[in-house]
Amino acid sequence: MFDKILIANRGEIACRVTKTAKAMGIKTVAIYSDADAQALHVKMADEAVHIGPSPANQSYIVIEKVMDAIRQTGAQAVHPGYGFLSENRLFAEALEAEGVAFIGPPASAIESMGDKITSKKLAKEAGVSTVPGYMGLIADADEAVKIAQEVGYPVMLKASAGGGGKGMRIAWNDAEAREGFQSSKNEAASSFGDDRIFIEKFVTQPRHIEIQVLADGHGNCIYLNERECSIQRRNQKVIEEAPSPFLTPEVRKAMGAQSCALAQAVGYTSAGTVEFIVDSAQNFYFLEMNTRLQVEHPVTELITGVDLVEQMIRVANGEALSITQEDVKINGWAMESRLYAEDPYRGFLPSIGRLTRYRPPAESRSATAAVRNDTGVYEGGEISMFYDPMIAKLCTWAPDRPAAIAQMRNALDAFEVEGIGHNIPFLSAVMDHPKFCAGNITTAFIEEEYPDGFHGVDLPQETLKIVGACAAAMYRLGEIRRTKVSGRMDNHERRVRDDWVVGIQGHEFPVTIAADPNGSTVHFESGSHRVASDWTPGKPLALMNVDGIDIALKVEKCTSGFRIRFRGADMRVTVRSPRQAELAKLMIEKVAPDTSKLLLCPMPGLIVKVDVAVGDEVQEGQTLCTVEAMKMENILRAEKKAIVSKIHAAPGDSLAVDAIIMEFE
Amino acid sequence: MNILNELQSRRDIARMGGGQRRIDAQHAKGKLTARERIDLLLDEGSFEEFDMFKAHRCVDFGMQEQTYPGDGVVTGWGTVNGRMVYVYSQDFTVFGGSLSETHAEKICKIMDMAMQNGAPVIGLNDSGGARIQEGVASLAGYAEVFQRNVMASGVVPQISVIMGPCAGGAVYSPAMTDFIFMVKDSSYMFVTGPDVVKTVTNEVVTAEELGGAVTHTKKSSVADGAFENDVEALTEVRRLVDFLPLNNREKPPVRPFFDDPLRVDNSLGTLIPANPNQPYDMKELIHKIADEGDFYEMQEEFAKNILTGFIRMEGSTVGVVANQPTVLAGCLDIDASRKAARFVRFCDAFEIPILTLVDVPGFLPGTGQEYGGVIKHGAKLLFAYGEATVPKVTVITRKAYGGAYDVMASKHLRGDFNYAWPTAEIAVMGAKGATEIIHRADLGDAEKIAQHTKDYEERFANPFVAAEKGFIDEVIMPASTRRRVCRAFASLRGKSLKNPWKKHDNIPL
Repeated sequence: MFDKILIANRGEIACRVTKTAKAMGIKTVAIYSDADAQALHVKMADEAVHIGPSPANQSYIVIEKVMDAIRQTGAQAVHPGYGFLSENRLFAEALEAEGVAFIGPPASAIESMGDKITSKKLAKEAGVSTVPGYMGLIADADEAVKIAQEVGYPVMLKASAGGGGKGMRIAWNDAEAREGFQSSKNEAASSFGDDRIFIEKFVTQPRHIEIQVLADGHGNCIYLNERECSIQRRNQKVIEEAPSPFLTPEVRKAMGAQSCALAQAVGYTSAGTVEFIVDSAQNFYFLEMNTRLQVEHPVTELITGVDLVEQMIRVANGEALSITQEDVKINGWAMESRLYAEDPYRGFLPSIGRLTRYRPPAESRSATAAVRNDTGVYEGGEISMFYDPMIAKLCTWAPDRPAAIAQMRNALDAFEVEGIGHNIPFLSAVMDHPKFCAGNITTAFIEEEYPDGFHGVDLPQETLKIVGACAAAMYRLGEIRRTKVSGRMDNHERRVRDDWVVGIQGHEFPVTIAADPNGSTVHFESGSHRVASDWTPGKPLALMNVDGIDIALKVEKCTSGFRIRFRGADMRVTVRSPRQAELAKLMIEKVAPDTSKLLLCPMPGLIVKVDVAVGDEVQEGQTLCTVEAMKMENILRAEKKAIVSKIHAAPGDSLAVDAIIMEFE
Repeated sequence: MNILNELQSRRDIARMGGGQRRIDAQHAKGKLTARERIDLLLDEGSFEEFDMFKAHRCVDFGMQEQTYPGDGVVTGWGTVNGRMVYVYSQDFTVFGGSLSETHAEKICKIMDMAMQNGAPVIGLNDSGGARIQEGVASLAGYAEVFQRNVMASGVVPQISVIMGPCAGGAVYSPAMTDFIFMVKDSSYMFVTGPDVVKTVTNEVVTAEELGGAVTHTKKSSVADGAFENDVEALTEVRRLVDFLPLNNREKPPVRPFFDDPLRVDNSLGTLIPANPNQPYDMKELIHKIADEGDFYEMQEEFAKNILTGFIRMEGSTVGVVANQPTVLAGCLDIDASRKAARFVRFCDAFEIPILTLVDVPGFLPGTGQEYGGVIKHGAKLLFAYGEATVPKVTVITRKAYGGAYDVMASKHLRGDFNYAWPTAEIAVMGAKGATEIIHRADLGDAEKIAQHTKDYEERFANPFVAAEKGFIDEVIMPASTRRRVCRAFASLRGKSLKNPWKKHDNIPL
């Protein structure tokens, strides 16, 4: 076995690989850029080598720099993680030339699978199901109909030179194929000056399902079942699970067999992933093969019990696989949520900065439940603009899918991340979405279910009462503490009342609290909730047991109550005495100022340039000004036609988020 | 039986103030009545009223025909979480809350009692001004109140909440109290109103622009805070009272706390960015060393380059003054010096220990500052720290340059514990500036200057030179700041330090 390996990556995957290497008794070498000098992967490794400036193209993906680090430390093998150099043939070759083992497939496999056309061709040759279609020239509408019938409806007619949806038609029958061929052809001719059209099977309600394969250098190849990754936002995977709630054992077996056939056809070794698109009838079609460890590999590990990184290292060391296809089982269900430093309330804009608080839920593993968190950051660390915004992969495992989802809800609720915007509320919302819970998902899920973006969650009234019961119990505790302040008038102390009015998301619930040493029973008009907790004032995470069920709430004190975050909702909850509640009703609701005629600074930054002057009429999409934030120039454009009436900022001004840059008439 | 009924009916009448119609009008503006406000300010059922039936004595302009029991102000005492406070609440439904001679007498009575019995005075202001019909008697009433504000200053805490108009001479009573809070959109304060302003200066300005909550919290610094509405304002004033001692003979209040004084916070180890010119949020440090992360900030919207407010450590109140590197690099200027000086003096007057967190590159340069008298204003903060005899603990996190180092509760100003983080740079100025002066001869040679700068940084950009001289008592690990500061204040509980006898000092006002 190797004595020392170098991990040519950063972030959570570098930490992930380090963990397994450590467990195997292998020393690890980290590499790091300027921005990562304090990063977790550096702290975890036995040695660390600085390899250059922060941008990846000056550090992590510069082959020569990584090679220097290998020479300097005498590492015998390199694990590339994912991204960066993981699918770079030249890197694999450079390692080979110096006799350093690449913990990954041979360079030839990387090359053949790296090209979309070649890989598709190879897949077809290996008997892998590819999207049916006709790539040749189609003479006329009659031929188009004939081909469409052969491919099977629905079909997509596409302009060869096409792009951006132009010259593209979907046909569900002969008439539509005929008509679509003509209109596609016309559109293609006028748009691209090239009227060639081809026909391809149109995959309805597509799901993204991929097969994990593992092969050694001794001719063995197995598949470790599938992962479903249909929950994506702009081709970025957000939630993955294993197994897929959709596949039958037969289809799974067919996909697995084809994946292994492909791997063997290209002489694949190590861990790899064959991605498929699957339609509503469980027809599956090859998309591409990823010749590396996938981001979402933990869900496979959780249901199979196989440590993929360990297997990769062993294969790279020339060992034969010790597991056979028969050993691979599906044990329970695993979910993965990717935590991104992206603000879901601001169109998922990347958010960078200091993690003032970062407390993931505790990792655990028992016979009925598991929580795993693969992360590369820590409290007090910095999320920089230079790399992928993913900060953690939170995984849960349970015997079945509903339990794994329930686990994930709690784990997300207990995950504390402050200082940056992040997508935890959005992930929570998906975990509660009926379609997701039913396993009724496609790759268009986010687009279809959140067409206008994400604006938080309105919880059902029953859930609100549970939150309200917790808030009332916590508030009462805080008020009792307040009465214990020194300097009070003996015998005339304040008595904390038992009846309160809880205000939450537009509802008002009068409650009565009956407290005993083990907790509180909070009575509502409609019934009561039993709340038990060891929460004390000031704790930002309240682990509560409500009616026997454990839940976690993020709690922040505010006037007359708390800000509570739970299940994707971000709520201000008030707890008032009946008199306070009565008087609070007399307060006038203040409407938020109308900002539709203002240009607000979307992030803290420096005004570099103002492109318009007072009185200018600007058109939709016209550049208004440029804000530099963390060395990135962000161009702010007009959302609609308007006349500039006032400009508040000048080049050189340093603005806070939501500062007014200019006003329109 | 009859007499009991009469008491009840007289009380009922008094409690109606100016009558239902005016109460409704008050509510329509989103404002509560004087008594409703007291309900929210005090513990339930704790209010004891004085002078409920007191009426004015004016007989001019037909005023004898119009009397209301209580005369436009509700006064008395009660408790806030069991601790005694005196309160007056002006009743806008009675003569627009205008101040008559008797109205003033009622306020004076509770102020005298507050002084005598050692309890804070909280004034809820909602008054159209002087009772014009009473003429000079009304003015005399104001002055009686003013005199008591002066006498009570530094004896019992005085808090003003502006919950409606407060104009003309009336502003000077709140002005002399310790804290002024305003209610957004429904309160304003000015010496002369928009009409007079227009007549005299031709300026056209609304009451809100001239003296609303935004103006006074952001521009003038007259107000220490502003709240969304009456309910929120009174709830937050209760929270403030929890921090304050009842009088100057008492120690600050202590209450049970749920935060380990020995709690270590490793994230503070990375609070200071690698780049010395990159700001960081000092509030994070305050939140992370305070009990339960609870910080009651004062003058949050004004002179944001310095932070002032109250926290608790081991359940006991501590006043915090901290440079804020995210605004103007945390430098001291006129506004910051004034803001912090007044806060330090309040703490010292009421025996509240002071924690000073320092990251200050110096005083802000420029004609604006010099013409504005930064010399005297900066001296206020220096003076305030120098005269303060309460426990003083200082932590230098990064820069402590030049005169600003001296000002910010340095060892030389009788700091009790002066700690520095390893990232501290205690020096006359930044390395670049210092090098350019010391090595003026090499100014043309960029390479030499760079080397000199590097040498200077290595020699002085650290806390050790100051520590060698004993100006820093100990260089501490950022992660253990809470433990070190808690223990420092714990050791100072018996501190006894007296300034020489004087009638009073002569702070550069």
